[in-house]
Amino acid sequence: MPGPPAGNGGAPAGDSTAAPAPPRPRPGDPPITPELVDDHGLSPDEYAQVRRILGREPTFTELGVFSAMWSEHCGYKNSKRLLRLLPTQAPWVIQGPGENAGVIDVGGGWALAFKIESHNHPSAVEPYQGAATGIGGILRDVFTMGARPVATLNSLHFGDLDRPRVRYLFGGVVKGIGDYGNCVGIPSTGGEVYFDRGYEDNPIVNAMCLGLMRTDELIRGTAEGVGNTLMAVGARTGRDGIHGATFASEELSEGDDEASRPQVQVGDPFTEKLLLEASLELIASGHIVGIQDMGAAGLTSSGVEMAGRSGTGVEMDVALVPVREEGMTPYEILLSESQERMLVVAAAGNEDAVREILEKWELEAETIGRVTATGSFRVLEGGIAVADIPALPLTEGCPTYERHGAEGDEVRALREMDIAPYVEPPAGLEDAFLRVVGSPNVASKQWVYEQYDTTVRGNSVERPGGDAGVIRIPGTARGVAASTDCNGRHTYLNPRRGAMGAVAEAARNVACTGAVPMAVTNCLNFGSPLKPHIQHQFREAVLGMRDACAYLETPVTGGNVSFYNETDGKAVYPTPVIGMIGVIDDVEAVVRHAFRDPGDPIFLLGASTGELGGSEYLYVLHGLVAGEPPPVDLAAERALQRCILAMAQLRLLKSAHDVAGGGLAATLTECCLGRPRTGRSVGANVRFTDPLPDADLLFGEDHGRVVATCAPADEERLRRLAADYGVPCERIGTVTGPGAPLEIETESSALRLEAETLRDRYYGVIPEIMN
Amino acid sequence: MNVAIITFPGSNCDQDCHRSVELAGGSPRYVWHRETSLGGAEAVIVPGGFAHGDYLRPGAIARFSPIMDAVADFARAGGLIVGICNGFQVLCEAGLLPGALLRNESLCFQSHHCRMRVERSDTAFTAGYREGQVLGIPLSHADGNYFADPDTLAALEAERRVVFRYCDARGDASPDANPNGSLNNIAGIVNARGNVLGMMPHPDRAIEAVLGSVDGLPLFESLIGALARAEVA
Repeated sequence: MPGPPAGNGGAPAGDSTAAPAPPRPRPGDPPITPELVDDHGLSPDEYAQVRRILGREPTFTELGVFSAMWSEHCGYKNSKRLLRLLPTQAPWVIQGPGENAGVIDVGGGWALAFKIESHNHPSAVEPYQGAATGIGGILRDVFTMGARPVATLNSLHFGDLDRPRVRYLFGGVVKGIGDYGNCVGIPSTGGEVYFDRGYEDNPIVNAMCLGLMRTDELIRGTAEGVGNTLMAVGARTGRDGIHGATFASEELSEGDDEASRPQVQVGDPFTEKLLLEASLELIASGHIVGIQDMGAAGLTSSGVEMAGRSGTGVEMDVALVPVREEGMTPYEILLSESQERMLVVAAAGNEDAVREILEKWELEAETIGRVTATGSFRVLEGGIAVADIPALPLTEGCPTYERHGAEGDEVRALREMDIAPYVEPPAGLEDAFLRVVGSPNVASKQWVYEQYDTTVRGNSVERPGGDAGVIRIPGTARGVAASTDCNGRHTYLNPRRGAMGAVAEAARNVACTGAVPMAVTNCLNFGSPLKPHIQHQFREAVLGMRDACAYLETPVTGGNVSFYNETDGKAVYPTPVIGMIGVIDDVEAVVRHAFRDPGDPIFLLGASTGELGGSEYLYVLHGLVAGEPPPVDLAAERALQRCILAMAQLRLLKSAHDVAGGGLAATLTECCLGRPRTGRSVGANVRFTDPLPDADLLFGEDHGRVVATCAPADEERLRRLAADYGVPCERIGTVTGPGAPLEIETESSALRLEAETLRDRYYGVIPEIMN
Repeated sequence: MNVAIITFPGSNCDQDCHRSVELAGGSPRYVWHRETSLGGAEAVIVPGGFAHGDYLRPGAIARFSPIMDAVADFARAGGLIVGICNGFQVLCEAGLLPGALLRNESLCFQSHHCRMRVERSDTAFTAGYREGQVLGIPLSHADGNYFADPDTLAALEAERRVVFRYCDARGDASPDANPNGSLNNIAGIVNARGNVLGMMPHPDRAIEAVLGSVDGLPLFESLIGALARAEVA
């Protein structure tokens, strides 16, 4: 149904006091056919709803706007209803879900803005730019709240490193993250890197950012005040990343590498750094009332969301938007995802002051429209209307679905599989120990984090390589700890347990540094929500997260959902990544993971049950992802964490390290080896009296456990404190001298692992593969 | 003791240097790259970062920033200048120090702890150290591989202008202790007159025990001390 060609004689740009003219199709717009609607990811029912909202057929431009706003990426149509089940409230939560980032009160007049976001699809196609722009986007989400970014973390999941393509993706993603974050000058303080064949075609690239501000400096992404001015700020708009949001809401298929490249944006960290400084100066100046990143769905989502949040309308003219190339259509300008751009609402009359600040930072700021009282998202091109859509239905009216799927047969069979025949190490305990410690999942990620600037800005108290990164709040003794966690194998085998485990582990990591876990941001990476077994995974994972976050009193303040992580019908493991934030009053009291002095007693806090289901051990020695993953006893977990925090506060702990992937074998190795370059390795004599079989004991990934040391004189106090909290506490050994071996005795075996051997395995494996 | 910290678009260690100077007892002040005067500063720090995005090559655009004429005049007048990391690269590009900083041998950005040996304690920047002292200090760069032609290198060595050298824990400047391929393990040098220092590792990130090292603080204290002595004299 092609519309009539638009004439040249529209109303002059800018002033329209009469009833606004309805939008008309532009010359060259394709006709709106069912195929075109389908290409835009809208179902026939959803399209019917579009027509009801408008009371007419949409123009091509409007179809693009609906497609982007109702994509999974912007509209959360398949996740919103379940996400409402998550706990989001606590007295310390200043801003919950729905803004650019969550914000919590971290004490002393300081607020922390933080968020995690995915850039999986672009990274699968172009790893360097995909990952780089992921960092750029998450930084903007934080500094548009008025907070100065102070740390980043990354949760990365790739296929097995024996595949050349995986090595290419891994290397490219790490370099992309490094080059972008290093140039902007934000320290990377932690994260996780995980390898499993379940991620072979679709890497998971999640970036998290933490930013600090005074509690009274918060600004929101709203378009308040009719008559105020909309300004496009930062980089010019080009043809890159058009429909990235819709792209991120589809499956990939063979051959997508080439065809999808134009949907991948290109990052410029230098412009980002200028934009960061300019934005913070702009916010501090008081000249603006709202600011938002032009991220996914670019000018469209930023305009619509800002209007939606404040219940106003916006009108903008795309002819006024600074562009990189001639001849861009309104459709392209509205949906471009060119990076390093902001939409700013300036108080009327302050436009020149805004421009002056941007000019200092060698950036552009152009007036492109104004805030209206119409409640509409109205777009003109040289004065002629090309889109006019009620703003609220675009954000709030996005159709939402709650689908109850069912567990897939394949995964049920794996979960219910009897793993007992695989428990005996095939080539002896020492061989198993060294293979687990030398598995890329357990081995040191030094090769990764040494490509990231970890010390810039002079507040990195605990850098990557420990349990959680800790950043000092400038000018204070206070610190913020952060960790990202998700064991994809556990969530694959049992999404509810796995998600609970991710929350528990993230909180435990934070608690091990002495910081009190406070709040969560999450990034939910799944396959297609249209498939029943994925629906089941998603629902179960959300429920597990809900239970754990509620029990551990760590509300969810926001995050991101990434569906359609599939290639040719094969989905990634369900991967609900948890980004946990903790607060410590005095960074001098931060507890680190490494054993320190000979003679210090070593304790295992928490009970061992020997959980080998979904373990690194089964994967490395038998290539198996099977069995029931470790259960999470939330009461025991909370008691353990409170106990560790009490010990840390009394400064009883000389070290504390969480037990997770690779079990006690991994934990003890890391405690002995300490940090590369600066640390010294020490040995340990460990003796277990637990009757569990050797493999269960050394490689079980049971939750709720921490290996800790104290000074010999403090042993009784530590035991008493553990008893007060009802936490099992067993002395398992003693720290020995520098360079000494790790000696482990169980009821049936004895191991002597030389420091050199452990070091070679633990530090050597990833550089050996990658260099 | 008024210390100017030159800030380019893309500088990102300006605040670290600011705090270092404060902790050492000086009065730091930011000077934006478009300014043309140092405003009476008694010393200058060119901080780390990515001035002008490191586009073209590190320091290549920054040397044309308006403030650099004033920095060059200040150097000619014998004023004390420290360039750290990107600041070292800028000073080399501006011709205030000899040689160049090439891409690391690993071809990767490297951010980690390193050790370097103090070769001289008789400069305005190192009076607070002992000769031969081994410092533990972070480095963080992609282009820190110091290069100079054979004549320049020979002159640097003959005139004892290598101030810091990468070394191992025992103080040996061994090839294994060289993080980036720098000739002669060079981590920092001074100009012929001894008033301009350039170094790749970050003393500005080694000023507090809680952050892992205080080995960088004496450098700033030496600088402030030298200014104080100059004032008295």
